[in-house]
Amino acid sequence: MKKPNRKLCPAAAGSTYTDKVIQHFQTPHNYGKMENPDGIGKVGNIICGDVMWLYIKVGKNSSKKEIVSDIKFETFGCVAAIATSSAITDMAKGKTLEAAQKIDKAGLVKELGGLPPIKLHCSVLAADALAEAIYDYYQKQKRAIPKELETKHIRISAEKKIIEEKYKDWVDIEEKIQSKRAG
Amino acid sequence: MVKKTIKKTKPVVRRVYLDYAAATPVDPKVAKKITGDLPGIFANSMSFHSFGQAARAVLEESRQILAQMIGAQSREIFFTASATESNNLALKGVASANKHKGNHIIISGIEHACVMESAKWLESRGFVVTRLKVDNFGLVDPLDVANAINPSTILVSVMHANNEIGTIEPIEEIGRICHEKNVLFHSDAAQTFGKIPVSVQKLNVDLLTASSQKIYGPKGAAFLYVREGVKIDPIIHGGGQESGLRSGTSNVPAIYGFAQAALEARRLMASESKRLKTMRDRLQAGIMKTIEGSHLNGHPQKRLPNILSVWFEFVEGESMIIQLDLRGIAASTGSACSSAKLTPSHVLMATGVRPQEAHGSLRLSLGRYTKESDIDYVLKALPAIIQRLREISPFKKSEETKS
Repeated sequence: MKKPNRKLCPAAAGSTYTDKVIQHFQTPHNYGKMENPDGIGKVGNIICGDVMWLYIKVGKNSSKKEIVSDIKFETFGCVAAIATSSAITDMAKGKTLEAAQKIDKAGLVKELGGLPPIKLHCSVLAADALAEAIYDYYQKQKRAIPKELETKHIRISAEKKIIEEKYKDWVDIEEKIQSKRAG
Repeated sequence: MVKKTIKKTKPVVRRVYLDYAAATPVDPKVAKKITGDLPGIFANSMSFHSFGQAARAVLEESRQILAQMIGAQSREIFFTASATESNNLALKGVASANKHKGNHIIISGIEHACVMESAKWLESRGFVVTRLKVDNFGLVDPLDVANAINPSTILVSVMHANNEIGTIEPIEEIGRICHEKNVLFHSDAAQTFGKIPVSVQKLNVDLLTASSQKIYGPKGAAFLYVREGVKIDPIIHGGGQESGLRSGTSNVPAIYGFAQAALEARRLMASESKRLKTMRDRLQAGIMKTIEGSHLNGHPQKRLPNILSVWFEFVEGESMIIQLDLRGIAASTGSACSSAKLTPSHVLMATGVRPQEAHGSLRLSLGRYTKESDIDYVLKALPAIIQRLREISPFKKSEETKS
């Protein structure tokens, strides 16, 4: 196993995350809002502590294939959430839409040299954000949506609903506490 | 090959430890005493030979020092290995020995995990647990205690001061109510012993927990004060050490260090608490002034002098902790992402902080080796970290999290 770089990452950073994760976290690539994006993918929930917004612009390469010509992200979340967001923008930039859709959790984790088990869901979130951005583009273009992407979108929407249900509970609890205090 | 493309980050030049509420370094004077005297106190304090008796003498002397500090008698001090163990013993031991009287236990909703989990375990064994609500400052209302007590109540446990937000509870008042109603009262003083005056008589407690590793003593030593006459069963059985309440060979070197650390803590208590409060208040004022969207957790006055807990809008705690760590600053957060259970701090939530707000919480706890220049360093580093994380975040305006 690689020895953590103590000089660069004292304490927690050195033992919890790989150098690559910390590098992406400290100097994330392609972050910020994008004006007039061709597609947006919004995933996560602030209650859970991770929110990723991914913006893409679509262009064409020399063989006239549609590619991710530009990509940006905005993320609220932990180190892993920010690092996976940054890494996925690097991986997707310049790729054809077909290839970009295939970027998954495993590839992302490999790119980062691993993630702590408890943080693996962040890599899922980043891959979902990219899939949603491409889905959004196809939908805006009124184009047929590839089957795999449609399946993913259905799963992501279902998960979003579950989280929103959970959030509803929080609101309910909060209201109860507030009314109890008032009374 | 990947490495080449990565820009090297500047190495850390400074280390600032602001997590004294989690653990304190051993005072070098205490460490020296322990190591110096170790050859003479290694033996088993239960042995009858002179080696054992030498260790026993140190053990009893340490017990006396600690008992005096809280206004107790030596025979009311029972050594354990940690505050967690003391709290487990207090709850489970009292519940077991008093179950013929009743099965109801009252705790506050902001207790340390070791009290929360012990209570939960007792619940699974047929006991009934009431968890008291706290107000927005984290204060337990003594009237709530009075109202919660019923004929089957056997124990009330409320911490002296909270470890996350520093709020000091009205223990004296709660203790008075418990005694009026003839109910045993335990208080976890892990965060207060050695920092603010702790007297078992004044606080009206029957049981009290204190720990060595929070007061610049070594880890592995703590005690449970048990007022004479209180019925309590052991939870660890064996050779009958600690008057049969806690078996296991006594950790004499650590207990000796605990007592020495306590003496030093008492000597420095007044000056340190004033010095730390001044620095803490300056840190608090600086953060509130320079960082927009920062909010204080806990009670502004009724609070430990060394703890500052805040939450920032639109920032996630773990990211903040690691950014601080990369600049050599050690702090902690109640964010879900930093916890093994992926749930936000139960303490912050109990004070009415919403989950999305608890994610942005930061606890800075000062201690004996904190210098004014450390505060300057944090005040310089923190605003830039918050600003940077907010730049990356999609949330920027107050309205966006409310919808």
